[in-house]
Amino acid sequence: MNISGKKCLVVGASSGIGAEVARQLAGHGCQVALVSRRESELVDLAADINRVAGRSLASVYPADVTDFAAAPKVIQQVIDDFGGIDIVVYSSGIMPKVGLEEYNTALDISIIEVNVLGAIAWLNPLADRFTKARAGVIVGIGSVAGDRGRRGTPVYNASKAALATYLEALRNRLSQHDVSVITIKPGFIKTPMTAGLHFPLPAGTAHGTAADIIKAIESGAGVAYTPRYWRWVMLIVQHLPSAIMRKLKF
Amino acid sequence: MSHYCLTPDRLERVDSWGMNRTSLAYVFRPTTAELMAEVFKIAKNNGKSVGLRGAGYSYGDASMNSENILLDLSRMNRIIDWNPETGLISVEPGVTIRQLWQYCIEDGWWPPVVSGTMFVTLGGAAGMNIHGKNNFKAGPIGNHITEFELLTPTGETVVCSRSKNSELFHAAIGGFGMLGVFTRITLQLKKIYSGQLSVEAFATKSFGEIIERFNEREADADYLVGWIDCFATGSELGRGLVHQANYLPAGADPNPAQTLRVKNQELPDTLMGIFPKSSMWRLLQPFSNNLGMKAINYAKYLQGSTIGNNEVVKQAHAQFAFLLDYVPNWKYAYKPGGLVQFQSFVPYDCAEKVFSEQIRLSHKLGIVPYLGVFKRHRPDAFLMTHAVDGFSFALDYPVTQQNKDGLTTLTQIMTRLVLDSGGRHYFAKDSQLTAEAASEYLGKEALAKFTALKSATDPDHLLQTDLSKRLFNAFL
Repeated sequence: MNISGKKCLVVGASSGIGAEVARQLAGHGCQVALVSRRESELVDLAADINRVAGRSLASVYPADVTDFAAAPKVIQQVIDDFGGIDIVVYSSGIMPKVGLEEYNTALDISIIEVNVLGAIAWLNPLADRFTKARAGVIVGIGSVAGDRGRRGTPVYNASKAALATYLEALRNRLSQHDVSVITIKPGFIKTPMTAGLHFPLPAGTAHGTAADIIKAIESGAGVAYTPRYWRWVMLIVQHLPSAIMRKLKF
Repeated sequence: MSHYCLTPDRLERVDSWGMNRTSLAYVFRPTTAELMAEVFKIAKNNGKSVGLRGAGYSYGDASMNSENILLDLSRMNRIIDWNPETGLISVEPGVTIRQLWQYCIEDGWWPPVVSGTMFVTLGGAAGMNIHGKNNFKAGPIGNHITEFELLTPTGETVVCSRSKNSELFHAAIGGFGMLGVFTRITLQLKKIYSGQLSVEAFATKSFGEIIERFNEREADADYLVGWIDCFATGSELGRGLVHQANYLPAGADPNPAQTLRVKNQELPDTLMGIFPKSSMWRLLQPFSNNLGMKAINYAKYLQGSTIGNNEVVKQAHAQFAFLLDYVPNWKYAYKPGGLVQFQSFVPYDCAEKVFSEQIRLSHKLGIVPYLGVFKRHRPDAFLMTHAVDGFSFALDYPVTQQNKDGLTTLTQIMTRLVLDSGGRHYFAKDSQLTAEAASEYLGKEALAKFTALKSATDPDHLLQTDLSKRLFNAFL
């Protein structure tokens, strides 16, 4: 797929992978609608994108991804402003620090709301629209953390597993309508969300992750690990016996 | 009270016929003028525009209205009144040419102007003021429309004819759906005395020769159409085949009751009695490349210039008229990129030079049209006319990811040649013109008149299409 000139919606664009994806899409001549709660960051990002592009490619749409009822309205506004949407990237995600013996239900619900329910609220209307258009690309930023449950972050693991399964189901449902659904599974990536974490393996950057996302959109990949070596790491991890998983201390 | 409202459920994918553009639109298919009026109200209340669509056979974006409302008129397909004595028929806008000829032919009448496909609607035909292979003799379809009713976006119904609201009559026909919706069209059909035409085919070796032969024959011919092998270059540039057809006079057909039957008009549904035509485009697809099309064009010319050259045969009206329907869905051979048709209308004296240069430029840029069709035209009295006293040349170009930019460059250069010669373009085919080019050939005076009529019939500028936005956004 040639993405030049496409109309894109990036949800969770104010920082990290989302912001970098927005920059790189604009670098390919795409129009980008930037969605996030943090309006001032979006405004700065849009100004920077438009300055680099030398034309107005980025527009700001402040919204809380957990305001589920607002999603269709914001999407419609982007459609009205851009004349359509070709690609959506759901990049919103939170990974609050959770103690090894901590069970904070309110915090866990907030993880599910942003990482799973938000994705459903923003991607469902576009899945419907792309089905009618028999065209479109849906990208969800999952995580290698969704491939196995670990003792350190039970609900974050569960949220990324749920997102991956939701995206897989969409992929199976929409491929017959010529719609691509791509699950991105980043490994260790240095972003504001992971600031302060210690990585036992070499960490990727938001820039490199965004470049891999663009490649996945262009190639129509179903699932893409980033950095790429994580595909092999996770192949091993997925096949580790439960007895070993129980011993792992992260 | 209707159930009409603007919800995402109304969204449908709408493609250009040439498959090079796609869009989503809120599609409504009303069956009455009252429901149409309601759609205009919904549009106004929701800040949307309304585009009109018949059968969707415009090659470009003339019947598309991305992210807005499309009024699809295909269900408004009733024949309102028919007089087999006079040949006067009143129809709703969604009636197709196929419906029309099949309804009337057994009474000895034929649509006076038809397109190369029978599947277009009369509403679309009037909105584009279509022409046929007899344009030099019969003019466009508008010449045969005696009266119509136009529903304007304000909800008013205006009756127009040459004597009543004449200015609107001459602007709405060919007005590409910008002034209102035809709700009733009255058309004078052509009396025929046989279901067959006398058809002669002959080969021509150059543009110069085809123009000369058209010139010799146009006084006596009822139809003339030329096919050009666009792959031929050098001394053979412009070589092709011409088909001339004439109506049979009264008494010439010994059995008109037989030949006028619909079943004796229908196109064969198999090739050589074996291959189903519905699958024929799949056989064409492997040849849908420069090498394959060069071979097909060469074979067609070779066959036409040897077997059957200068022969006169009898052919049913439908079989002669609807050449584009011989291979159903032939356009699919152009998948996945689709096709662009570039049809230009050039005054008599410049035609040979401009059309020769178009072919030379196509070869120079490496984008050769797979099909070229040549016709004779004459001017008409309609405000937004595409006709000139001269010739038209329609070129079908394949669209690919690789040739897209080159095709834009090519059509821009060719458009310049056309405009410099005093030529014109045709909205039913266009997808490449710029706003500047459209304004240049239409002229300030015609545009000012059209804009004034638009302000009167559609003060809220509800009627728009992707084409109107592309070419006239500033003032329509």
